[in-house]
Amino acid sequence: MHEYSIVRALISRVEAEARSHGAVSVQRLQVRIGELAGVEPTLLANAYVLFRQRTICRDAALEIEAVPARWSCPRCDGPIELGAVLHCASCDVPAHLTSGDEILLERIEMEVP
Amino acid sequence: MCQTCGCGDPELVPVEIHERILEGNDRAAAHNRRHFEAAGVLAVNLMGSPGSGKTALLEATAAALAGRRLGAISGDLATDHDARRLGAAGIPSRSITTGTACHLDAELVHRALHDFAWPELDVLFIENVGNLVCPAIYDLGQAANVVALSVTEGEDKPLKYPVMFRTAELVVLTKIDLLPHLDVRTEAIADALARVMPEVRLLPLSAHSGEGIEDWLAWLESRLRTPGDRPGDRTGRAQRKSRSRAAGQAGTLAR
Repeated sequence: MHEYSIVRALISRVEAEARSHGAVSVQRLQVRIGELAGVEPTLLANAYVLFRQRTICRDAALEIEAVPARWSCPRCDGPIELGAVLHCASCDVPAHLTSGDEILLERIEMEVP
Repeated sequence: MCQTCGCGDPELVPVEIHERILEGNDRAAAHNRRHFEAAGVLAVNLMGSPGSGKTALLEATAAALAGRRLGAISGDLATDHDARRLGAAGIPSRSITTGTACHLDAELVHRALHDFAWPELDVLFIENVGNLVCPAIYDLGQAANVVALSVTEGEDKPLKYPVMFRTAELVVLTKIDLLPHLDVRTEAIADALARVMPEVRLLPLSAHSGEGIEDWLAWLESRLRTPGDRPGDRTGRAQRKSRSRAAGQAGTLAR
């Protein structure tokens, strides 16, 4: 359940940002979580609801954008399907992950007096 | 204040961040990495399920590898059994008891280094908490991620836990002396790995019989000659790729 430690890191990052802007409240957080990031969006959302109490995020909605994993060939850019052998047969090179490992805080909406 | 009508209500301000949520851990890991590289110590993050044979692998390493100074930091939810086993095997060790935490993070590793003469070592093994999920997400400052996967875990573990294997530089297939008693094929494990790990490096080994230990030591020696770098980092992966081709480790089972 590392989702709890991720939420702790998320909230302390938001608190620091809110302080530096002199915000009175935070209304919305936007995060991006990749399919191969090892973070389960549902567990993250549950952990967030538990941890946000008594923090500046207590009224803030958490918007989670799930990013699908995409593998491709670094040489010919051809896509390699999830579940397939991660190797481009035509170019004989290992595939690389172009998206899907994100654990990102994208945006905070805060009320500033 | 609201700039539109001057009503005095607070204004809703969007702040763009675009930063990794684990940025704090990444910074601590970068700090550890600088220490390791400056001291010329190869830090290996050894991960795997509980009971996959991580400690036994290190015990066998200590028995077989002469002339290299080894040390370990060992993470467990409770007890210092692993650190004591390693100490008895001649590997100076520190224990990190994580309580309820399912993984080590860079700060925990950093604190454990404080009362440890680690700069004198050649290799520092960071034996992570037994878990195939959480440890893969936290950079500790290691040069290489190694996953111990035992044959008794079955053929499809890589498919079930892709994140752990994607970030591995090497997978050590442990307990191969048990293969005659199991309905498990090494080829099927290699095939599963090829679907989650772009550059499969699978090293079959038995800490019990000693089979494969020479290949493991050869990998360690080749890695000692090419320090730095870390899997999961895209730039790093490209660099490692060219190096590993040059190193041409003996005995690794290619895709």
